[in-house]
Amino acid sequence: MTATCDLAIIGAGPAGMAAATTAAYLGLSTVVLDEQPEPGGQIYRGIERLAATRSQHLKILGPDYATGLELVRAFRKANIDYLDSTQVWQVEPDGRVFYRRNGAAGILTAKKILIAPGAMERPFAVPGWTLPGVLTCGAGQTMLKANGLAPKGRFVLAGCGPLLLLFAAQLVRAGVKPAAILETTFNRWAALPHLPGFLAASGYFGKGLALLRELKAAGIPIHKGVTRVAITGDTQVREIEFVFGGETRREPVDTVFLHQGVVPNGNLAWSLNLAHEWDEAQRCFRPKLDAWGRSSVPMILVAGDAGGIVGAAGAEAMGRVAAFAIATDLGKISTEECSERASAARASLAKQRAARPFLDALYRPHQRWLAPPDSDTVVCRCEEVRTGEIRRLVTEQNCPGPNQMKSFVRCGMGPCQGRLCGLTVVELIAECRGLPISEVGYYRIRPPVKPVTVGDLATLDVATRHDAVGL
Amino acid sequence: MFALLPDIPQTQVTVIINGGAVSVPSGFTAAAAMLMHNNGATRTTGISGEGRAPYCMMGVCFECLMEINGEPNQQGCLVTVNEGMRINRQLGKREVLG
Repeated sequence: MTATCDLAIIGAGPAGMAAATTAAYLGLSTVVLDEQPEPGGQIYRGIERLAATRSQHLKILGPDYATGLELVRAFRKANIDYLDSTQVWQVEPDGRVFYRRNGAAGILTAKKILIAPGAMERPFAVPGWTLPGVLTCGAGQTMLKANGLAPKGRFVLAGCGPLLLLFAAQLVRAGVKPAAILETTFNRWAALPHLPGFLAASGYFGKGLALLRELKAAGIPIHKGVTRVAITGDTQVREIEFVFGGETRREPVDTVFLHQGVVPNGNLAWSLNLAHEWDEAQRCFRPKLDAWGRSSVPMILVAGDAGGIVGAAGAEAMGRVAAFAIATDLGKISTEECSERASAARASLAKQRAARPFLDALYRPHQRWLAPPDSDTVVCRCEEVRTGEIRRLVTEQNCPGPNQMKSFVRCGMGPCQGRLCGLTVVELIAECRGLPISEVGYYRIRPPVKPVTVGDLATLDVATRHDAVGL
Repeated sequence: MFALLPDIPQTQVTVIINGGAVSVPSGFTAAAAMLMHNNGATRTTGISGEGRAPYCMMGVCFECLMEINGEPNQQGCLVTVNEGMRINRQLGKREVLG
């Protein structure tokens, strides 16, 4: 494969695949680097293998998952250098991409770089969320998609969001019923003004209602307005305590699936120092982008959920839009051609975006999940820093922000590099200081954003190696 | 903690989990194999020693760090199994030059 290319794309989910397919069609030499062994991202995880070896499961996962197959096939057919099982640990604003594949480090140089690492589930810190047997709904769904694995024994789903309901329905179809759904949605009326945009986005409303009907027909108890979730256990989960309607209940469980919506998977964008803004409706930071996905760094574009949550169809459209912009910037097509050829993708993106405010308002996480009240709830899972300590450091030691929190207690400095605590930490600091989150800011994320060993680095030539570690 | 949905014959791979040979379908990740065949913790933390197990299954949480073919600190959810792979729980921090 070539060490230089027109376009390097990081991520092979809907945004990355659509962008790559479009870019290749427009004549750009395109390289796609993705962490997984198969294309699809998390939303279409394992779809090729599933279709080939256990297509019966397509019925369980539903038609939206199956649509990914078409995208994957087009991606496979296009003239793209696709590096699977590849971890990108550093991107430089001069176009260099450092990666690790098959136990060796590699480097390529691109004229444009499209970042499309997708979304991750919002950190949902509740007492006991570190116990073995507590996973995210996304993790559970991944195992259903990629492995045909379903939870054994008694389990519940807790939180809110479309993914939670979809996962519950998929499990029911697989013949594995949740003991209960603990719903944390708290202000349905706030979503009402945004209903027209949601209704205009083809089919979402009907799909949502159908999921709820499916769960009801299966007799799954859905406890609405849950205000407290606490998980207890020893070597693994044993019990979940929850409060709804003023009543406290305990259920014995073997597994718990948590979900509180999704947020941009942002470490790569942050590591590049892209300008970011706080999105109040989605309650997360996202990179500042123009209508085509161009970031504050000229060479870098962002597409898909990493640029703000747009969903799979929106991500796909955004990938295509970005590919047209890149082809224009590289002189492959004229500006006029670009606006003409990108118009369908832009219209589709606009429609998908118009559907978001309803979902954002309906499934907005309550403050009690964003800034957990119990003082012994673990926030930084890696370094085991708890809510009480973070609050104390802000109020008593005047720790002003997330980066100072690192210096105080190593919060956010473990292997996950703040991915699982960053938003909770800034919510807690903002709450204690009475500041808007935009003023609190976020962790300063530095490369490597994925683990790389000294041995890996030694496989690079000396000049590159010094560059990579900033010497 | 997890079991296969029934009635789908798949190509199997033998892996050694915590010293015992087990079968998993090919294409599984080491973390998925662990969740199928290992109850409870797949690692203990280097801070307090408490038990943890895979949490996100998509490469962001690093809770699935395990020892694979003698190599510690591997993200089990990103490693595809192959015949004879040795997958072990990781206890505490990795040893330097272990």
